[in-house]
Amino acid sequence: MTSSAMQQLYQQIILDHAKSAHGAVAELSDLDDAAQVASADGLRRAQSHQVNTTCGDEITVRVALSGAGADAQIDGFAWRGVGCSISMASASVLNDTVRGTSVAESEAMLDLFREMLRSRGTIEPDEEVLGDAAAFAGVSKYPARVKCAMLPWVAFEAALLQLL
Amino acid sequence: MTFVAPPPASAHDRTPDGQSLHDQTLSHDEVLRIRNDFPVLHQLVNGHPLAYLDSGATSQNPISVMEAEQEYYEQRNAAVHRGAHTLAFAATEVFEAARATVAAFVGASENEIVWTSNATEGVNLVSYSFSNASLGLGGPAAARFALGAGDEIVVTEMEHHSNLIPWQQLALRTGATLRFIPVLPDGTLDLAAAAEILNSRSRLLAVTHASNVVGTINPIDDLVAMAHAVDALVFLDACQSAPHLALDLAALDVDFAVFSGHKMLGPTGIGVLYGKAELLAAMPPFLTGGSMITTVDMGTAEFLAPPQRFEAGTQRISQAIALAAAVDYLSHTGMGRIRTREAELGRRLVEGVTAIPGVRLLGPGRGAERIGLVAVDVAGVHAHDVGQFLDETGIAVRVGHHCAQPLHKKLGVTASTRASTYLYTTDDEVDRFLVVLAEVGPFFGVSR
Repeated sequence: MTSSAMQQLYQQIILDHAKSAHGAVAELSDLDDAAQVASADGLRRAQSHQVNTTCGDEITVRVALSGAGADAQIDGFAWRGVGCSISMASASVLNDTVRGTSVAESEAMLDLFREMLRSRGTIEPDEEVLGDAAAFAGVSKYPARVKCAMLPWVAFEAALLQLL
Repeated sequence: MTFVAPPPASAHDRTPDGQSLHDQTLSHDEVLRIRNDFPVLHQLVNGHPLAYLDSGATSQNPISVMEAEQEYYEQRNAAVHRGAHTLAFAATEVFEAARATVAAFVGASENEIVWTSNATEGVNLVSYSFSNASLGLGGPAAARFALGAGDEIVVTEMEHHSNLIPWQQLALRTGATLRFIPVLPDGTLDLAAAAEILNSRSRLLAVTHASNVVGTINPIDDLVAMAHAVDALVFLDACQSAPHLALDLAALDVDFAVFSGHKMLGPTGIGVLYGKAELLAAMPPFLTGGSMITTVDMGTAEFLAPPQRFEAGTQRISQAIALAAAVDYLSHTGMGRIRTREAELGRRLVEGVTAIPGVRLLGPGRGAERIGLVAVDVAGVHAHDVGQFLDETGIAVRVGHHCAQPLHKKLGVTASTRASTYLYTTDDEVDRFLVVLAEVGPFFGVSR
């Protein structure tokens, strides 16, 4: 018998994303510094590696931008990681959320996602805006797991920052 | 609530290797009476009675330990080893009595017991004293602790980070080489490799008595013999053995050992460093300052004899006294009986987890000697999710790498779920853990 609290936390959307994660790659080679300036395809790339010291979960997120400034587009997104279902599903949802958006749009989503996770269950998410990311609202009631859900987004933010 | 008075410990209570299982187990009624001494155990977590299976991380405190600390502050609080007033004498007396209690508990002399803040500080104390000796401090007597290029420090792949990183750092500071004894797939040390690795360049072997992850009890007698045969000193991490089996450090013939108070019914903020008297007497201090000197002038200082030489500054007085109360509680119950009881709980855990499809027991299998804990990997489910699922039903376990990343890598996992028991653990708590653990795979939709 499984409690409804567990089903609230581990929504089917989260379990599905964890099982078949979008945007996950088996290998990410090291980026050289030159990649941030430009590469043959005209994209600028950066990546960030983040670790959750509580459990050892790790993720590396790589972004590739075309254009410049707030109008720049996220043309490439890839991640590699090991971790719990919350962090892996969150990385998968992050992939679906920001791929192909502008930097400004992705930053707005990042703010919404963070605000929801820090709300301790008080913010009712707008599924129209957040899409699958709204499924993580239940995580906000478990402060110990907020870090798990945020890990990929923090890596994404840190990678992006290197290119702005 | 009253203090439990189980039968006195038997003659087998203090075996040199701590492996004796001749002592009678704790009966169900005795365990229930013991639980009455631990207020924290009697609460609901997420609507379920708390099943505390994380004593390997930190144990709970009996009332007598909390009362000892309170009594100290209410009746005797004063600076120890200085001052000529009555309270200062009273404080010094109980503080040193605590040292004697802990010394007797582990087969040591009082001057071989140094108080530290925790076990980690004890490891660092020795590693920095070795550093200081390597710089020439302590004179010719301390030369035996001096390390340099060509010397080797040997650790094992099983160590808690606290018995690894201070030695990594010591190697970096001195130019010595760090080597390690590998762990076999069954979670035991590769003794054949150990025999090769320990050689005339080996100066120190740092090894854990019992693994905090897989529960393996290492053959310390064999390792000490191998190390001493090549004149290497042996540093024992006894954090997971001192609370769970009768420890006789003199009989084990280790040169140094550490353990922590909070894992053996004591408070946080207190740990113990043991060193053979002749070694402590020759070793230069790590932390220096007040309370550890004889005479001081503006350029130099003479140091006190051990243990005070290694106890600079105001000490953890109430914590030491409370730790002695914890040791009294354990001795009164009988370490042999606790060992027998936890072996039972360990068997119950091992048999239970190995019967669940998709659950892999890490480390020694059925029938192998182990302390009362298991670490498992649930196929397809991350340990953090397993721990969350258990917590929902009031079951507290440890998830993660348990400060032993190299061992987890060796066992092919990044994290595991660990259930660890103590003298207050009931069969029912272990069974609840096993029932809920079996529900984890199906909930997360893991197909098998």
